[in-house]
Formats: sequence, C-alpha cells, structure tokens
Amino acid sequence: MIPGVAADFSADTIVTTIVKAVLIIVFLLTSVLFAIWFERKVVARMQLRPGPNWHGPIGLLQSLADAMKLLLKEDLTVTRADRVMYLLAPMISVFCALLVFAVIPFGPSVTIPFTDYSTPAQLTDFPVATLYVLACASIGVYGIVLGGWSSGSTYPLLGAVRSTAQVISYELAMGLSLVSVFIMAGSMSTSSIVESQTALWWFLPLAPAFVVYIISMVGETNRLPFDLPEAEGELVSGYMTEYSSMKFAWFFLAEYIAMINVSAVATTLFLGGWRAPWPLSMIGDGVLNTGWWPVLWFLAKVWVLMFFFVWVRGTLLRLRYDQFMVFGWKVLIPFALVWLVALASFRWAGLSGVTRTQMIVAILVVFALVMVVLWLWPQRKAPDRAAADGAGPEGGGFDAFAGGYPVPPLPGQALPASPRARRTVPPAPQDPPASPADVDAEETR
Amino acid sequence: MSGGEEVLFWTLAPLMVIAAAGLLVVRRAVHAAVCVVFVMIGLAVLYVAQEAPFLGIVQVVVYTGAVMMLFLFVLMLVGVDAADSLTETIRGQRWIGLLLGAGLAAVLLGVVAQATFPPSVGLAQANAVTNPVALARVLMQDYVVAMEVVGILLVTAALAGLVLTHRRRLGKKPTQRALAEAKVALLPTGRQLTPLPAPGVYAQNNAMDTPALDPEGRPLEHSVPRVLRIRGQQRSATELLTAEETLVQRIQLDRPAPAENGEDR
Repeated sequence: MIPGVAADFSADTIVTTIVKAVLIIVFLLTSVLFAIWFERKVVARMQLRPGPNWHGPIGLLQSLADAMKLLLKEDLTVTRADRVMYLLAPMISVFCALLVFAVIPFGPSVTIPFTDYSTPAQLTDFPVATLYVLACASIGVYGIVLGGWSSGSTYPLLGAVRSTAQVISYELAMGLSLVSVFIMAGSMSTSSIVESQTALWWFLPLAPAFVVYIISMVGETNRLPFDLPEAEGELVSGYMTEYSSMKFAWFFLAEYIAMINVSAVATTLFLGGWRAPWPLSMIGDGVLNTGWWPVLWFLAKVWVLMFFFVWVRGTLLRLRYDQFMVFGWKVLIPFALVWLVALASFRWAGLSGVTRTQMIVAILVVFALVMVVLWLWPQRKAPDRAAADGAGPEGGGFDAFAGGYPVPPLPGQALPASPRARRTVPPAPQDPPASPADVDAEETR
Repeated sequence: MSGGEEVLFWTLAPLMVIAAAGLLVVRRAVHAAVCVVFVMIGLAVLYVAQEAPFLGIVQVVVYTGAVMMLFLFVLMLVGVDAADSLTETIRGQRWIGLLLGAGLAAVLLGVVAQATFPPSVGLAQANAVTNPVALARVLMQDYVVAMEVVGILLVTAALAGLVLTHRRRLGKKPTQRALAEAKVALLPTGRQLTPLPAPGVYAQNNAMDTPALDPEGRPLEHSVPRVLRIRGQQRSATELLTAEETLVQRIQLDRPAPAENGEDR
C-alpha cells in the first residue's frame, strides 16, 4: 500500500493494470463519440432544431460516421510544414489527454463479477496525483504550440500563440483553486480527496474555489466563450487550420478528451467523486456507495458538467482577446489568491483551537469593519472631462497625440498629471532656446 | 534498483542521451527545444521511479510546462531558423568552446570514475509521512528562511521586469463606446460603419487584388486592400470579366450546345 493514498493497489498485478488501462482508453474513445453527438444534439435543442437524427437511433451513430469520414479522407501535408513536428504535434495532444484518466477514481474497491477478486476502480494513484493532472495538461500545450508553428502559416501560428498564453494563464487560476482542496483534504492523491468528502462535498464550503475552477476549466479547454485560439471569424480555425484527415481527428479527439478530463477532475475534487448524491446516499446505510453503483454516480456527475460545457457554448458569446486576458489576470488570479490566503488563515485558526463560532464572529466583525470603512471613505469626485482628455488647463493645452502620433510636450506645455505618481511634472523651462525647433518658433514670432 | 526500474532506466537513459546529443546536431532551434523537453520529461520519469514523485511532477509542471514553453514562445515569435549565419562573433570561439567542453568532460569523467555508490539509506524513513509532506517539513520548517528569501527575490525580479517594461499612458485609453461614437461621428465625412466589402470572387479568380462588384455590376474600388491600391497592384474588374467571357465562349465552341438536344425531345 502506498503511504498517503486511500485506495489499496496491493492486489493489482501487471495484467490488472493493463486491463484497466485498455478499459480507460475504450471508455474515453466511446465517450468522445458520444460527447460529439451529445453536444450537437443539445445545442440543436437550444436552437430549436432537431440536430443529427438520421444515422442510428436518434442520430447516435452520426459521430461514428464523421469519424470514418475523417479516417478515409486524404491526408494533406502542407509544403511549408516542418514534417516531423507536424506529425508529432497531434500525437502529443492526444497522448497527454489520454494520460489524465489514469489517476481518476471511478469508484471504490469493486469486485469483478463471478470472482472474489476485488481491486480499486482506478488505474493508479500516488501522493501527488492531482499535480500529475496539471503536468499532463501543461505538456499537452506542446501539441498545440508545435502544431501551430510547424504548419508554416500565419493563422495557425497566431492561434498557437494565443492558445499557449491562454492555457498558461488559466492554469494558474486553476492550480490556485485546486490548492484550496488540498488544504482542506490534506492530500493531493485523488482517492484520498474523495475519501475526505464523505461528510460534505467540497464545492459547498469551497464555493469560491469551485467557481474559479469552473471558469478556468472552460478557458483551459479552449471552449466557447473562451475559444479564441480557434475563433473562426479571426483565425480560420487556429492551430489546426492546416491539418486534415487523421491528424485533424487527433486534435479533435484531444479537445473532447480534455473536456471529459477537466469534468472528471472537477467531479473528483469538488463534487464528491464517485459518492452518491445526498438523498440517495442515505438509503440502506450507504449501500449505494458500494459495489458498482459509484461508477454510475461518477459518470452522471461528469455528464452534468459536460452538459454545462454545452450549455455555456450555446448561450454565451466569445470574448474579445484582451478582455479575456484581463479577466484571467486581473480578476480570476487575484480573487483566487485572496481566497486562498483567507482559507489558509481559517484552516490555521481551526487547527490551533479556535472554535467555529469564534471564527464566524470574527468574519462578521471584519465584514462590518470593511463596510464601515467603505461607508466613511471619501467619495471620488466626478472626473473632469477636460482633464481626462489631456487638454485641461494644467496641461497647457497639451495634446499627447497631435497629428495622430505620440508627441512630447512643447515648451510651456506640461504632461498631464500621472494618475500613478500623484504629482505633476513641472513645465519645461521656457527661457533658453534648446533646440532648432524652438529657434524657428522664435523667428516666426 | 528493482527489475522494473532497471528496465525503465536502460530504455529511457539511452533515449535521453540521444535527445541530448540531438541538441548539438539539429539545425532548427525549435527542434533543439523539443529535444530539451524530452530530456526533461525523461528526467522527471526517473525522479518518480526513484521515489521522488513530487520532484518529478514539479519538474514537468515548472520547467517543461512553464520555462521551456516561454523559450519556445520566444523562438516561435522571433523566428530563429537554420538560415541564421554561422559566422563567429568572437574570434576563435569554436576553439575556446571545444577546449572548455573538453575540460568539463575531463572533470565530469574524473568525478564519475571516482564516485562510489553505496546503497541508499533512509529513503523509506524520509517518505514515511508521504513524499510531499516530508518535503514540506524540510522546506517549511528547516529551511523556511531560505525559502522566503528566494521567494522575495523572485517577486522582486518579477516586479523589476514590470517596472522596466512599463510605459506611461499619455492619453486616456479609448473604450469600446468611445470608439463606436468616434465611428458614428465620422459618418458625415463619408466613412462607413460596416466593415469594408471583401475582394471579389469570380469563376476563375478570387485573389485579394480583384475588386468586388456592387449590385449594379460596378467594381467597388475600396474592396481591394489599401496597400495594394497604393502600390498599383490591383487588377481591373473589366479585364477579368472579359477574360472569363472569352473562356466561356471557347468552352461553348468546343462543345455542341446542349440546348438543341432539349428541343429534339
């Protein structure tokens, strides 16, 4: 048994591991086929149209047909492509996407039917399993970056650069929100985190972290409203513009597996993992939390989150790129940091013997203090329109962009007061003619 | 080393050495970066195999995921390529480099040859409270001052970077509303609110230099990008249309007219 891990893998042999790995891959591939159909169907319902309904019962085989079409299409390689990287990039994407599910618990210990052999419904787990998920995501970005670069074309490169910036920025917020779960659960192993949610799922006490995670998981997977790397109106389809056939299918596969991955991580860390939802968990002394039932709860939670992805996609508009980055860096990350510091303080207070009532009183006192300070804070004066335009009286009629280009102040003019420095720059001395331009001005006068 | 670990080492280590050697041979900077990434991931796997999972995973997250990614970013944007000149910027730098390399190799070989590898002691004891917890105790209790100093140093460096690249904004930043209002204000001068029309699409041609036609068949000059117009590189629509007309006539001459068959029936 590995120290610091709740699941017991001591009975697993190499055969068990291989069987589990194969099962996970089969699960992921079929889930992707289902997810594509699911997304098209749900979005169609939201837009009042039937969606795919021709191939198979209620159109279920539509994505299989699409996959076959992609497989049989001609495989193009662009002339300017860097061949090795062009081939390697989609492989990296898919490979990294497949890795994540190795540490996701589908359930507790399950017994194989018709035998008495029992094994955890999870491929493996170790004390830093959640960090491993982040590591897989950060290697997966290489697929996108190299794909965009190796295509030897402008739009893919721009898409790749955007995507990298986006994934790196949102991974910070995501990591910070995960840390609050680590603090509460006291572990980074997925099975122990699920174990720690026996009484209460973390999404309730850690609601702010959960919200940050949900937002950043959409950003991390490049989905609408954050799908700027493949914004059709701007970048054709971003880093996969020059890909076709199987290589394109790999990127597509990786994108959908990434959605399932982040949903599964959210389920495991915040939504109780494989645990039955509240009224059901009371039935028969928790009988629904044993055997094969947990797999059902786990899948149900993952698909609720997948529905959320589709819902968001069908509802929200794409953000502008700068707004998106500002939101990530100036809203999400500071918010997550402040929350983390607050949580750590409370955790520390709780561990050093402060009771819950005392903490609640402290929160109320701090809240009241903040409110009083905000109430007494002097109101900001309405901004002076002329001063805001940079042509105020103190600016000496200085127009920073005279003629459309940034220009320095002329003699007698002063720069507008810097809002950061809170002091004014003294006007340049007028007396000595410093430059030929000044001499010219003197002569014409 | 257990059997599995030995197999892992002897498959991974040669691959890592090949990748590291590839760093010297490959001609494109991005390929070199990918070689480094491979070596880093290989190292991480070896760390994990040697019961240091935290170090291995953090190596991937921090070095591979962040530091190397920034390198790659710069390489892609700057576009360093094989076409770069290989002339020496410092005289005799190759010989100096070779000499220093040989010196380093000699030192390393000497160290490796003299090193002895006694069986490791105390690993299970150190990892008894799980690897991350044991590490946290070392870093946050025994070396907490050093940790904090390094943290302050890094924050200072990041702040310095921000200060050095900070530019003072002279005017007010135009908001989306201000831009829209400015556009509307320019309406009387003949500017249009909507985006400019796209260049024309013809049966034989849809390049940037061919103007689109308006509903009455007149070419829209401003559908061709301004740069091409200034350079005088735009094609006239009439030229294109006559070329297409002659083509249509030639095709009709080559083929018997299908309309007659229709009348026979």
